[in-house]
Amino acid sequence: MGLLYDPDRLKRPLIRRDKRGSQVFEEVDWKTALDHVAEKLSKYTATPEALALYSHGYGGTWFKHLVKAFGTPNIGAPSDAQCRGSRETAFALTYGSPLGSPEHVDMPHSRVITFIGSHLGENMHNTQVQDLATAISHGAQLIVVDPRFSTVAGKARHWLPIKPGTDIALLLAWMHVIIKERLYDREYVEQHTVGFDELKKHVEDKTPEWAFTRTTIAPEVIVETARLIGGARPASLIHPGRRTAWHGDDTQRLRAIAILNALVGSYGRKGGFYIPAKPELPKYPTPPYSRKRAQPADWQKGQNYPFADSILAHGLRDAVFPGTADYDIKAWLVYGCNLPLALPQPERTREAMEKLDFIVAVDVLPSEITGWADVVLPEATYLERYDDIAAPPYREPYLALRQPVVEPLHDSKPGWWIARELANRMGLAEYFPFENVTEYLQTRLEKGGYDFAELKEKGVILTEPQPLYIEDGLEPTFCPDTNKIEIYSQKMADAQMPGVEPLPHYTDPEEPNRADEEFRLLFGRSPVHTFGRTTNNRFLSSVVSKNVVWINRQIADEMQVTCGDWVVLVNDTWTCGTCGKQHSGKSRPSAKCSGCQAEPAEFVQEKPVRSDPIQVKRTRRIRSDCVYMVHGYGHDSKGLKFARGRGASDAKLMTRVQVDPVMGGTGMNGNFVRIEKTTAPKEAQS
Amino acid sequence: MSRKRYAMVVDTRQCVSCKACVLACKAENEVPDGFSRDWLMEEVWGDYPNLSAENRSERCNHCTNTPCVHACPTGASHVNEGGTVLVSHNKCTGCKACIAACPYNARYTHPAGYVDKCTFCLHKVQRGEQPACVSICPTKTLFFGDLNDPTSEVYKLLRSRRFKVLFPETGAKPNVYFLY
Repeated sequence: MGLLYDPDRLKRPLIRRDKRGSQVFEEVDWKTALDHVAEKLSKYTATPEALALYSHGYGGTWFKHLVKAFGTPNIGAPSDAQCRGSRETAFALTYGSPLGSPEHVDMPHSRVITFIGSHLGENMHNTQVQDLATAISHGAQLIVVDPRFSTVAGKARHWLPIKPGTDIALLLAWMHVIIKERLYDREYVEQHTVGFDELKKHVEDKTPEWAFTRTTIAPEVIVETARLIGGARPASLIHPGRRTAWHGDDTQRLRAIAILNALVGSYGRKGGFYIPAKPELPKYPTPPYSRKRAQPADWQKGQNYPFADSILAHGLRDAVFPGTADYDIKAWLVYGCNLPLALPQPERTREAMEKLDFIVAVDVLPSEITGWADVVLPEATYLERYDDIAAPPYREPYLALRQPVVEPLHDSKPGWWIARELANRMGLAEYFPFENVTEYLQTRLEKGGYDFAELKEKGVILTEPQPLYIEDGLEPTFCPDTNKIEIYSQKMADAQMPGVEPLPHYTDPEEPNRADEEFRLLFGRSPVHTFGRTTNNRFLSSVVSKNVVWINRQIADEMQVTCGDWVVLVNDTWTCGTCGKQHSGKSRPSAKCSGCQAEPAEFVQEKPVRSDPIQVKRTRRIRSDCVYMVHGYGHDSKGLKFARGRGASDAKLMTRVQVDPVMGGTGMNGNFVRIEKTTAPKEAQS
Repeated sequence: MSRKRYAMVVDTRQCVSCKACVLACKAENEVPDGFSRDWLMEEVWGDYPNLSAENRSERCNHCTNTPCVHACPTGASHVNEGGTVLVSHNKCTGCKACIAACPYNARYTHPAGYVDKCTFCLHKVQRGEQPACVSICPTKTLFFGDLNDPTSEVYKLLRSRRFKVLFPETGAKPNVYFLY
């Protein structure tokens, strides 16, 4: 409701009348706006790959269909390489298929759940949080590995405040103990996996004592938690997490998580991972995409990510710079992605947006991206429109319908209508042959043997339950070729690349420099808000309206700051003149370049990035080597009259990324900040 | 049938402080900006790294011995159905004596001049519904019912689980119970 009646909503189509970044627009009617967009995009009819689509959310299906019909392969979302991409790749490499969303974890039946850096509960993925609550009410024990004492850590039997970036060491040590003490599921491992012997050898020297010096977790705690994990097999879930792009070795970490689950035999078993089912629902009949599609442009020339399953959102940005990729991206269609705040290296995103020939944004609110678009198309909110039917793989196969409860306010239009109108103007009408969205939905449902009226009334139709577990007689299928769980990945070994080792490989993380008063910047979510999308929602903000920075109590006392004091976070960057690798440091780093061994004299200091002022939370709930803030604040779009200037943006500080060599993900937890005291901003004083 | 005794049971182990209860209450009861009738407490004990925590959704305790009602000079604060403590807006002069008397800081002065607080959503309960906070809670933290009814969930929970009340030393005999 806060969104529906948000006074700042986009109300009418807008066409830019000044340079990008300034919010000078002319309100136009839909015909003018759509004609203009179609004319601009039609310029790429012969080279459709010059158009990239960014899309996040259910409503994006219409626009994906539109651009596929147009002929571009460049469809990306920050929710892959910046989020769960490494997890999907790791599970695909180990079990043969990615986890998908919703992830098929069987928490309600778990006896022990282990969270590695996942702050479920603050991350309010509703179904999962409900499942976690059910697990707790059934007496499940929790182990939470997190540098911060999160809400879920407060419910755990063991909280392991690990040194950030060393999770693989802990996971290997757990495997060491579980194998040594024969706490693994021998029958399952024998029947369903390949590569156990190689793993056994690999972890032989990864003792709890070895892990202690890296993780700071005491050896006896590692042994005790390993026994808890192994003892509860197979109803012992090592949760795969969700936003997993941390340190650039993320596929390796997620592989370690996947393998640990295989050791306790949890995949395909009750209390571990159930095997999901998906209802059959035919597509609406449209012609096949006729145009031959080019290779996507998300890799820079010469780059090779051997196991990239999805298109890299930041790669589509980099391809805007001429000559970076095999061909240049010239235009963006952006659906529901606030790219200036959703991609790391925001400065580079800004430069790309200045370079593009054309940007069109479809959005509900005047988010930052709309300030850079040439045309802004106001979409109806989820309460005012139909979207396509959702039927993802799940515990109980289901069909769900998003349907309007009120007519679209202002002059906003539903996504399906916008996409179809563009298609009609771009010579792609045959791909949108339906009369209207209800005819589209009705046809799909009838072909699948479902009743539209019933779905409209109930909202969700549950279909025939399927067996979920191996113990129910379900025959699981695993990796192609072997049909086994691949503990040792021959495919990764064949790639012969550093960082793509066939067994989870630990490397020491870069650490913040104590002498330079640096802290690792960690970020997460508030249960009240959905990323930065809802921070302008006045109703939700009546409960949480800003973020704060968590600082360890002892450190805060040393710095003489306390709760409510204002600070600015500063990220210092030095770029290696030889290889371009970025290093942190208030003063010139003393070590050679970790990328090319160049002398520190070669480093060039970048302009330090400073955050907006933010208030301190002095707390014993975080390690002394990192600070934490909630993502989604620090909006600077003038149109977001409520959110603008509230809290600070973590995205702005994400100057350094650690790229995952396996799939191209952008690890963002390697940014270090200094804390500078400041005075309260004017607005806060009044 | 014996008299009703309404109570709320809060399972602190289930709560993740998502604040859905606060938002549901604000929407249901049109609580003005800057105020709320229920709120979250995250209490943490210990020293790093040996910490423990409790998440509590808190509100008026609808006490059996009512300090607020005793303090009220006009009879605005009164005991209603099932022991629910309510404020009659038309009798309230906004003198704040009840606010000073309440051990739980559960009351606030509404911008319209009267004192306001949680009603256990009695208007909904009388229709056979659950209070707004209870019905929205995604983690099944909150339970509402009649403690004099042995078949009610709240009765069974207090018969089977370890619980506490806040500030029992005040003698107010609160009717919001916390499982832990």
